[in-house]
Amino acid sequence: MKNDLKFSEKIKLSCRNLWKVYGEDPDHYFLNNLHVKKDPAILSKKLSNQGHIVANADVSFNVHVGEIFVIMGLSGSGKSTIVRCLSRLIEPNAGEILLDGENLLEKSEKELIEIRRHKMGMVFQNFGLLPHLTVIENIAFPLKLQGLKEKERLNKAGRVIELVGLNGRENNFIMELSGGQQQRVGIARSLAVEPDVWFLDEPFSALDPLIRKQMQDEFLRIQSVQKKSVVFITHDFQEALRIADRMAIMRDGQIVQIGKPVDLILNPKDNYIKDFTKDVPWESVLQASDIIDKSKKISQTAEEVPFDMPVAKMLPLLSKKTIGVVVVDDDGKRLGMANAQSFVTALATAEN
Amino acid sequence: MKSQILEKKTLSWIGIIFITVIFLIFKENWGWSTKYPKEFIVPFADWINFSMEKFIDNFGWFFLKISWLLSWPIIAAQLLLHSIPWVVVMFLVTFTAYLSSGLRLALFTFSAIFYMVLIGYWEESMNTLALVLISVPMAIFIGFGLGVWGFFSKRAEKIIMPILDIFQTVPTFAYLLPILLLFGFGTVVGLIASVLYSFPPMVRNTILGLKRVPDHIIESAIMSGANSKQLFWQAMLPSCKKQILLGINQSTMAALSMVIIAAIIGGTADIGWEVLYYIRKAEVGQSLVVGLVIALMAIIIDRITSGFALQSDKDTKGPGFSKNSKKNYLSFAILGSTILFLLARFFVVLDDWPYDLSVWVASHINDLFETFVKAFRTEIKQLKNYTLFFIMLPTKIGLEQAVSPFTWGFPLEMIHKIFYFTSFSALSIWFLKNKKNDIFVFIILLMIFLYFGLTRMPWPPLLLIYSFFAWQIGGYKLALGTFLGLGFIVSVGMWPEAMISVYLCGIAVVFCFIVGTSIGVWAAHNSIVSAIIRPINDTLQTIPLFVILIPFVMLFKIGDFTALLAIIIYAIVPSIRYAEHGIRNLPSEVIDASKMMGSTKMQLLFLVKIPLALPVIMLGLNQTIMYGIAMLVIAALIGTNGLEQIVFIGLTDGNMGKGFIAGISMAIIAMIVDRITKTISERRSEALGLEIK
Repeated sequence: MKNDLKFSEKIKLSCRNLWKVYGEDPDHYFLNNLHVKKDPAILSKKLSNQGHIVANADVSFNVHVGEIFVIMGLSGSGKSTIVRCLSRLIEPNAGEILLDGENLLEKSEKELIEIRRHKMGMVFQNFGLLPHLTVIENIAFPLKLQGLKEKERLNKAGRVIELVGLNGRENNFIMELSGGQQQRVGIARSLAVEPDVWFLDEPFSALDPLIRKQMQDEFLRIQSVQKKSVVFITHDFQEALRIADRMAIMRDGQIVQIGKPVDLILNPKDNYIKDFTKDVPWESVLQASDIIDKSKKISQTAEEVPFDMPVAKMLPLLSKKTIGVVVVDDDGKRLGMANAQSFVTALATAEN
Repeated sequence: MKSQILEKKTLSWIGIIFITVIFLIFKENWGWSTKYPKEFIVPFADWINFSMEKFIDNFGWFFLKISWLLSWPIIAAQLLLHSIPWVVVMFLVTFTAYLSSGLRLALFTFSAIFYMVLIGYWEESMNTLALVLISVPMAIFIGFGLGVWGFFSKRAEKIIMPILDIFQTVPTFAYLLPILLLFGFGTVVGLIASVLYSFPPMVRNTILGLKRVPDHIIESAIMSGANSKQLFWQAMLPSCKKQILLGINQSTMAALSMVIIAAIIGGTADIGWEVLYYIRKAEVGQSLVVGLVIALMAIIIDRITSGFALQSDKDTKGPGFSKNSKKNYLSFAILGSTILFLLARFFVVLDDWPYDLSVWVASHINDLFETFVKAFRTEIKQLKNYTLFFIMLPTKIGLEQAVSPFTWGFPLEMIHKIFYFTSFSALSIWFLKNKKNDIFVFIILLMIFLYFGLTRMPWPPLLLIYSFFAWQIGGYKLALGTFLGLGFIVSVGMWPEAMISVYLCGIAVVFCFIVGTSIGVWAAHNSIVSAIIRPINDTLQTIPLFVILIPFVMLFKIGDFTALLAIIIYAIVPSIRYAEHGIRNLPSEVIDASKMMGSTKMQLLFLVKIPLALPVIMLGLNQTIMYGIAMLVIAALIGTNGLEQIVFIGLTDGNMGKGFIAGISMAIIAMIVDRITKTISERRSEALGLEIK
């Protein structure tokens, strides 16, 4: 729709037709893939009717290089299972997981260890830190597993500790830190090995609302420097909107809709998605580019605003300048005019 | 990491090692340091004997009256159980088992009771059961009362807790001594001993249960307008029902084991006495047959009581109770008993199993074992000798004495000594260089201990080492306690025996801890291993102690080695259990996180799982030591030489003073080790911020 992608088109991680089913013996359903290809919904129903628990049913999505891909869903929707399948902490029953085009599910235990050591980093909801180690030892732990010398470990760990702003806390034990600080350690640890793919499993859900906001900003700042390919799990729709480049909403183990936050809001696929978007503060979701009035001629004198400026920040401008403002893209190309009227029109369409 | 190479702690240790070496050099000159002089022994034993005599002269009649009073309910219970046909008892117990845990336990109970009938030990079994049936309600009543008191009054708790500690750490035989003197021979001694031994778990569980009642239950009850009586009986008590039922379970098991042990003083015609009788006559086959009765009885009682406790969790295997069904069950029980009772009137077999229908398997078992022992005579002898020469003797009397042409095949010469000391020193210095100061100290001490032997070390440096170690772990209070406690043992002249006890128990504990923890770790990763180990552990934990001795006596005859094996097989259980529990219950996120960082299975185990599970594993060590000491006491029966033997002799000779002092000395050692290991575990878990479940 728009040429405002912050990430490249190259696909880093691809999840294809992934199934994870718990129960007696679900595997034989997947032996010949025919079943699955035909109609996932029917198979899913069949499985649950026979007492299986379907955690993920036919889940597919791509994560591009440098993209923040958010998977959002309520508890029990299977979002945590997905991220654990991507990293093979849980073995899926069927499907493919392609990292740089190679299927992770075909890797041996040994190869998998190497991949985890060098290509993946993960942050956990309850931090998953080792209480018997200090902050710096925790951050250097993945390097220790790789067998690096102590000096090199501390060197590398020192660099990431700066990144997350924990300087001076190196020799504290984990229990001496606040929740927010503990998660900073978790983030630093996951980045210590300089991974390509960065999994974050509800990283801020265990934190207080205020701290959560801070940590989201912090996360966006770090990501703007690091440019990892991110899979971010959350149950918080607002959080997803704030940080996602693209997002997927899950329900009952299936993906309901994938798209940019704005697309989801403007074109919800069904009532389930609509329910989430109901309470969205529109002015902070809509960007300048979303309220362009194509029918208006581009004024030469009007003030310019970047396309990704949140509408909330534009409001003072819009109230003062009756003719409106000009929206420009990264290269300075003028996309169109926006004014108070076009904002109201956009809002009205969104609310419906 | 500390940058200083030698911290204060290590320096102090070096100082202590230096003092130890001086004592070792002047060992010959300072005779008092190896053998505490007789004229300085504080005659506590005589004082106790004297005052006990005086006490009995004046108040003995009072205790004899109590004894007479208590003998009535026992006689009544015995008469009752004997007059009921076995088939009725079998029906009632089997039915109770069904109600508690369902069909499987009912079947097991049925066959177990039939076994008791079949081998012809019904009468004796009932005598034992009678004693348990009388002592358990008393213990529960006392225990519950004290528990409630301790819960509501902080001061009461402060008084009760140390008393419980004493009751649970003083060796079981030592208990019997004063009771024997006060109450005379007979079943009453067994009753009183078993009540005293079995009420502490009830107190602990009552206090624990009441403390764990959630605040919101109390608050909602108060807000509903409950007065303090209603609050207690209708809100708090029902919500800690499970813990209280667990207390009943533990008390019952303790009562049974004490009743069995009390058989040692004789005067009872119960099943424990039978086993003991056959052990002493070295008729192992028969003792095993009868010992199995005790084991079965213990398992049934344990499963039934714990079944009821688990039922209160709603995770019920048995049929459970509703108000209506309670009435139905009761009528069914009464009806069934009446019918069977009447049937037994007509068919005598159901009342009194005829002698010639009894099954005699003992001789077959004897034959079987004898063939086995004969077939593997050399292997058994080798195992025994190797353990003795290469492990037990060096620990006991040191390499200096243990190495001889007879044992190791060569005499200990200068060249060996030089090699021994240089290699150990080199190893320790390597650790010092790598900043592992504690390991450095440990290796130096090990070098000294192994060379001179635990029982040949002078006592002053040992006292110093133990106390300083306690200080490192738990501060000056623990150090002072350790010093005074061990000092007491020295001053009553029981140090040599104490060290023999420590040596035997120590080897067993080290072995149990290493092997048991490994098995536990294995079981935590392999559900098949876990499924195999669990019933074995359950059985070992429920069987009364001296039944465990029997098969080992059969194979290895009496002596230190047999005692060692018996201690190991019993004390290894908690090491396995706690290790498995600790590893299995780690926070899953930490494990996931470590896997995500690409840890191999070994890295995961040694860098993450074991360090995190360490507090629980240390609790396992604590329990292993306590179990080891409990078994050591019983092992006196098969001829060991430590404190436990003095207790045992005191019991058989009626020498209260000496036996009691030895018993207290064992309790002191047990308490010191208990505090030290618990403190290590607590400090670890505090540092980790983990809660031990």
